Amino acid sequence: MLTLLKNGKIYDPARGKDGVIQDIYIRDGRIVNKPSDTEKISRTYDLAGKVVMAGAIDMHSHIGGGKINIARMMLPEFQETRKYSEPEAHICTPNCSHDATPNTTDTGFRYIEMGYTAAFEPAIMPINARQAHLEMADTPMIDKGGYAMLGSDDYFLRMLAAKKDQKSINDYVAWILHATQAIGIKVVNPGGISAFKFNQRKLDLDENHSYYHISPREILKSLSTAVHELGIAKPLHVHCNNLGAAGNFETTLNTMGASDGLPMHLTHIQFHSYGTEGDKKFSSAAAQISEALNKNKHITADVGQILFGQTVTASGDSMMQHLNAKHANPKKSVIMDIECDAGCGVVPFKYRDQNYVNALQWAIGLEIFLSAEDPWRIFLTTDHPNGAPFTSYPHLIRLLMDKSFRNEAFAKLNLDAQAMSNLTSIDREYSLYEIAIMTRAGAANLVGLHDRGHLGVGGGADITVYTDQLDREAMFSKPDYVFKDGELVVKDGKVVKVTWGATHTAKPAFDISVEKDLKDYFDKYHTIQLDNFKISDDEISNDGRGSVIVHENKQPSH
Amino acid sequence: MWQNCTSMKITSSPTQPTTLTCPACGLLCDDVLLTTASPVAVKVACAKSVTFFEQTYSADNPSFGIPSVAGQTTDLNTAIKAATDILRKSNQPLFAGLGTEVQGMRSLMRLAEKTGATLDHMHSEGTVRNTLALQNSGWQTTTLTEVKNRADVILAIGTDIVSSHPRFFEKLVWNTESLFNKPVPEVIYLAAPLNASGENTQAGISPAGTQPMVIPAATEQLPEIINALNALANGKNLNIDNIAGVALSSLQTILEKLKAAQYAVVVWSASNLKFAHAELTVQSITQLIAKLNETNRVAGLPLNSGDGDTSVNNTSTWLSGYPTRNRFTNVKSGGKPEYDAYYFSTKQQLENCDALLWVSTFNAHQPPPDTGAPTIVIGHPNMQFTRAPDVFIPVGIPALDHTGTMFRLDSAVALPLKKLRDSNLPSLSQVTQKILDILSC
Repeated sequence: MLTLLKNGKIYDPARGKDGVIQDIYIRDGRIVNKPSDTEKISRTYDLAGKVVMAGAIDMHSHIGGGKINIARMMLPEFQETRKYSEPEAHICTPNCSHDATPNTTDTGFRYIEMGYTAAFEPAIMPINARQAHLEMADTPMIDKGGYAMLGSDDYFLRMLAAKKDQKSINDYVAWILHATQAIGIKVVNPGGISAFKFNQRKLDLDENHSYYHISPREILKSLSTAVHELGIAKPLHVHCNNLGAAGNFETTLNTMGASDGLPMHLTHIQFHSYGTEGDKKFSSAAAQISEALNKNKHITADVGQILFGQTVTASGDSMMQHLNAKHANPKKSVIMDIECDAGCGVVPFKYRDQNYVNALQWAIGLEIFLSAEDPWRIFLTTDHPNGAPFTSYPHLIRLLMDKSFRNEAFAKLNLDAQAMSNLTSIDREYSLYEIAIMTRAGAANLVGLHDRGHLGVGGGADITVYTDQLDREAMFSKPDYVFKDGELVVKDGKVVKVTWGATHTAKPAFDISVEKDLKDYFDKYHTIQLDNFKISDDEISNDGRGSVIVHENKQPSH
Repeated sequence: MWQNCTSMKITSSPTQPTTLTCPACGLLCDDVLLTTASPVAVKVACAKSVTFFEQTYSADNPSFGIPSVAGQTTDLNTAIKAATDILRKSNQPLFAGLGTEVQGMRSLMRLAEKTGATLDHMHSEGTVRNTLALQNSGWQTTTLTEVKNRADVILAIGTDIVSSHPRFFEKLVWNTESLFNKPVPEVIYLAAPLNASGENTQAGISPAGTQPMVIPAATEQLPEIINALNALANGKNLNIDNIAGVALSSLQTILEKLKAAQYAVVVWSASNLKFAHAELTVQSITQLIAKLNETNRVAGLPLNSGDGDTSVNNTSTWLSGYPTRNRFTNVKSGGKPEYDAYYFSTKQQLENCDALLWVSTFNAHQPPPDTGAPTIVIGHPNMQFTRAPDVFIPVGIPALDHTGTMFRLDSAVALPLKKLRDSNLPSLSQVTQKILDILSC
């Protein structure tokens, strides 16, 4: 079956196409060359005047696994927020959603309705990976995948403390990717989750873990090297030390140097860009962070923008979340130590535009977005649901694309916060082409999805069609059409066909003899068998809906 | 030596005996060894586990595995059709029991969405006490591998632990190897329930013979006792000698031990707290833990009750947004989930429902409650009834007759269940799907 998307205005940064009128042909879920004139076209969509982009890719969104399920259990009242019709904050708009903990079905539906065709769970705890994949398997419509969390797991920390060679570390990291069916590796508060179990309450980049006597810097060096040498596309995903703490920008700046120039991705960098200036000892360090980001070409970052209203923060960072729990709203939280593997902290938050700190957090995120010179190295996220639910993306896109809308919102903020931000002095407005880079081409590049995020021949036909509107929020809230693997799945912002998507993974080669020591470790110290730690392809595909896609390595660099 | 491992299949090496994952309690031990497959025999297993795996065809039950309608034996298709007819006529069905694992619960959720059912688990009285505490103030908890490697003080409140989770001490407390060379843990029992021979605290005697600290008290007195502990932890003076018969000095000792520990673990079993508003006692325990964590490391470990309660609760939560005691309304427009921890209980809904679907796949001895409503039982093939349900559909037992997925008591770990034998029994998911197919016709 051949489908023709005719006369659309193409925004395809991967192919350098910036609003070019062009036809797209789809066959068997793929974008194909123009067929011969004799071939019958089954369906033609006339897209004259419409904006056509690849399906959007959320490279950091907490959509699967224990933390979010704990949040759902703890916060049944959140399910009611789906019914809210009144804006939650002064600058909310009708398209702002406060559904912070959607069930898996709603997660898939809300994503595809906005034209997103893939989302990546950034914090799969290896021991909890089975649950993450169960939840992602029950998330319809979109492709998914995840990053496995390492760096506070005792197996790795023991290796590092024992000064095991890099090859052994690499084998373990690769083994984890296989066992957890992940596509990347994440480190959260390097060493800090473990240190908290030893009653350490803070861990700086060059401070030693009290038991292992190794520093976060050493952890970052070891893991970024492993990821690089294994040759997977996704750079090490780094949630820095000192999340949310005033003055943490210095840790963030120093972290950029911890990999000796090897690629690293600093996630939700907004939460790590705080200074200590002013009466309230809390200020924007967006300028310093942006300058460093622009200069350090080996660093990529996603913003983790906050937007106002009720949400919940769910993080592997038990150390910092325990500290943040005093700000919980409503006043409850879950903090867990988990399996000598990691931990988690789930703390509900209500970001208020009249609160000094929250208002400044909002401005800091936007300052970082607007100061980033290279849209290929910055990514659009709210760290769903930590900064705001992912359903707020259209609102965020309008803030980036529409200066007067942004300045009107800014004028409604806490006045002390306004005085501490230079946001209104920034004139930049993102273009459609730049939005397509951040949410499509760049994200696909970063994660290593070579056949997604672009509209070139051979690509998977994940395609979103919008009506070009001045109100960018309205435009990005409700695409005219979304095609998933060539099938029309959304029409006028509503799902017309339910599909299930695939799971993207990376499985670099490794020395299987790593399992010998692992088995001994599991037998002695763990409470499950090594074999049960591993998730087989069958577990993902057996229900007849899911499938596993393995992405090719980049060439190993060693 | 470098091989390109593109997939790691879970297979057991033929030279080693097969290990099984045991669903008989929330510990989900996966080191149980299968010695023979037919009939199933196991070792490295507790009595509960042996009973579970070695339950087989019962010679004295001629109706083993045979479906029935109105007490008369019939074939599977007839029974499924009869069950479908009951559900089709029902406006307000109750799905209760829910003794199943993740895959079974997934299928039941689909059926509940289609039929507008209310969902409640057979052991939810205990679960809900924890859930309410979680929803009121949250908690700070830990998981089994942390206990095994870190816990140097174990405080068991209102439970002996081993009655419900037999290998707890063997596997997690008296282990000789641990990651951080911790000392042999100190064990404290507070208000352990009595059995015929006193408290069942033998499991808390260390291999070297060190006796646990045992503080007897009636379980119903725990609200006062825990509140007193909290008061002491907050530096309050209590001008009394004892609380509910427990010497204040004993409570002081508990507190000192918790504070002196590197990593203390407080264990409770909500299903044992059988008194009004026990959720407040759970909350009091979690507040004590929170207070101590201001300066020390202490973590809670809530035990579960079994029959897949943790699996069912997790699955329900990600699929509907709510833990159990939930329901689907507006069936025609796709099914909208609702939640009410009180009103959607089996007890309340038995008075309102016009059909009961009772599920118990692990356990032959969990019969449905009495109700005037038409009753369908999908259950263990060895279930026998004093009063025959309108429809009985025997299904395979997860971890014996078919594969499955199960959550451990700490919710952090989910493990695959294996299939050990070929039976002609359908799985719960297959039966449920068949009902859904007929309903969709």
